[in-house]
Amino acid sequence: MTTPILEIRNLHAGIEGMDIIKGIDLTINAGEVHSIMGPNGSGKSTLAQILAGRDAYEISEGEVLYNGKDLLDMDPNVRACEGVFMAFQYPVEIPGVKMTQFLKAAVNSIREHHGKEALDAVELMGLFKEKAKLLDLPNDLMKRAVNEGFSGGEKKRAEIFQMAVLDPTFCVLDETDSGLDIDALRTVAEGVNTMRNDKRGFLVITHYQRLLDYIVPDHVHVMVDGKIVRSGGKELALELEDKGYSWVDEKLAGAAG
Amino acid sequence: MTTMTQNQTMRDNSWLLTELPESVIEHDAARMPKWLADIRRSAFRQFTADGLPSAKQEKWRQINLRPIRETAFGLPADGATDVSEAEVVGHSLPFVDAVRLVFVNGRYAAELSDARAMPSGVTVQTIREALKSESTILETHLTKYVNADDDPFVSLNTALLDDGVVVHIEKNITCDTPIYLLCITTAADGPIITHPRNLIIAEDGAQATIVEDYVGTDGEVYLTNAVTELVVGEDAHLHHYLLERESDAAFNVSTLTAYHKTSSTLSSHTVLLGGALVRNNVNPIIDGEHCHSLLNGLYIGRGKQHIDNLMRVEHRKPNCESRQFYKGILTDESRGVFAGRIIVSRDAQKIDAVQSNQSLLLSEAARANSMPQLEIYADDVKCTHGATIGELDEEALFYLESRGLAEPQAKAMLVHAFAGESLERMNLPVVQEALLQMLTQRLPFTSAANV
Ligand SMILES: Nc1ncnc2c1ncn2[C@@H]1O[C@H](COP(=O)(O)OP(=O)(O)OP(=O)(O)O)[C@@H](O)[C@H]1O
Ligand SMILES: [Mg+2]
Repeated sequence: MTTPILEIRNLHAGIEGMDIIKGIDLTINAGEVHSIMGPNGSGKSTLAQILAGRDAYEISEGEVLYNGKDLLDMDPNVRACEGVFMAFQYPVEIPGVKMTQFLKAAVNSIREHHGKEALDAVELMGLFKEKAKLLDLPNDLMKRAVNEGFSGGEKKRAEIFQMAVLDPTFCVLDETDSGLDIDALRTVAEGVNTMRNDKRGFLVITHYQRLLDYIVPDHVHVMVDGKIVRSGGKELALELEDKGYSWVDEKLAGAAG
Repeated sequence: MTTMTQNQTMRDNSWLLTELPESVIEHDAARMPKWLADIRRSAFRQFTADGLPSAKQEKWRQINLRPIRETAFGLPADGATDVSEAEVVGHSLPFVDAVRLVFVNGRYAAELSDARAMPSGVTVQTIREALKSESTILETHLTKYVNADDDPFVSLNTALLDDGVVVHIEKNITCDTPIYLLCITTAADGPIITHPRNLIIAEDGAQATIVEDYVGTDGEVYLTNAVTELVVGEDAHLHHYLLERESDAAFNVSTLTAYHKTSSTLSSHTVLLGGALVRNNVNPIIDGEHCHSLLNGLYIGRGKQHIDNLMRVEHRKPNCESRQFYKGILTDESRGVFAGRIIVSRDAQKIDAVQSNQSLLLSEAARANSMPQLEIYADDVKCTHGATIGELDEEALFYLESRGLAEPQAKAMLVHAFAGESLERMNLPVVQEALLQMLTQRLPFTSAANV
């Protein structure tokens, strides 16, 4: 039996009068990994940010249900508390806010939301240590300010580390692979794979088939100009790699020709 | 209390509007040495000649003194204090090891103070005590550093100076005990003006930590007009704090002058929290080579507070380093002003000076003005200044919220991070922790901070 975690229905969205998302339908069931690929500027990150609750974008049409509830109606922190996690394409540096301080607050906000008691400092440190090990996260990163001065790869790894700590139900990974070296890619992918289970859903945004060798998706979608123009199984990614986006989209084909 | 009211009525005559009766100056002169009486008389003449500053004077352009001009202040009476031990404890920073000198309405309150024995070589006295002693420190140093040009408040302070603290750290003595001056003003019987005056002398090689703390009761109207002169001897190292946590209806004008000798170091931290109208004058005079000067400031405005900082860093000798880091957090309709000037004399080569003023606006109606200025007459110097005025970073906020932090908590975390930089430069955990708490209390959403 399939249980949908996320149902996007006819979503239209944009910013300052400019349409970016132009009618998206997508259902992700518990246990599934979906991948979205698509050319630069096609709206992948916009979709990810909308799912996470970035209010800069206006929703002009459509709805998004998360576990049957209206996702778009929830504040970003409520979404996080309900189990939505988005690994940013460009994680922001926050000087002066220590990684541990921030993650403690995040973990305990989420616990409070579920009526659970706050973890104390010792329990939290234990949790952080365990997940840091899973992702091979350099020790000193935890002592630093959030993402401050992290290398590109460290930032991405830290995102997945946070994901592991916060234990979400629905995860969006926005180009987590870009900036990672081969070894880091494998570590991060393994981290994600250990989190795969029949309750979680993943939406993995990437430009590269390589990531999908490690995190094998159940479905691949191609997004062009704010729309999903093609969906298929994991072999679609291979074909794309081979033939380019013009193969799936006539407009692009026309432009290329 | 009746005597105090009587006394106040006697002296209360809206004197800032007209002229301060010379009789007050002469009345006090009777119990003062001639040199001091003379200094006071001449400062008084200066004040009456200048009058209160007008907005036409450059130093006073950004501040509207009308509320001060229109308040009929009285001078505090001698000897009458109605502050209880419990109130002092309530106001006091929780030092465990400090010498605490409590002043109420500008007068030393021995019974409320905690003047533990000082290490030898360290003298902590009130001005009144020092005048009775053999010490020549006051006569040698008092008024010799502070610049009263274009600042009638300084003249007024000198004209009416009557009490305050004299700290003397002898050569090569390290005083580990913080020296804590708690200045409480109670103005329940009507607006008063006080003139705290402090003189801190660190002789060559001496080290000490001084904390000035100005407090009052919200709703009460008064004016604290304080002047502190610091002398940092050769190789001496002073840590200085000025915490301004006056009543929300009060006025505070404070002037800090620090005179540096060769290879001296001063770290001066200023935190401005209270007061309807606050003017903070800071003037390091770096008159020796190889000196380090750090001016670390944090001001937090809310309601209709106006907080005005005027800084004048004088580099008179070569090979020195100075840092001025001032940060403002402004909410509601408050306004923060920073006018910083670095003056490098012609002979002061190889100066390394950095000045920065950052303002964080937390509401639409809050305003910040920043005017860093360089006045450089030497040709081989490295001076930089910068100012930023901004709001909380939207992207950072979203990042925190998207991990589960509610908006107030996320905002609080970012505000704390902004202020944290200033707090981290301090070296007294008691002050740092107390300030963190005050910050949390003062800003609307920061009580949500889980820090
Ligand atoms: N905040 C914004 N303000 C203005 N334009 C925006 C904003 N966010 C997105 N856009 C525009 O919307 C379009 C889609 O951007 P988006 O970041 O979603 O693309 P993407 O598919 O993630 O691209 P990439 O593969 O390069 O990461 C782009 O043209 C982008 O410039
Ligand atoms: Mg993107």
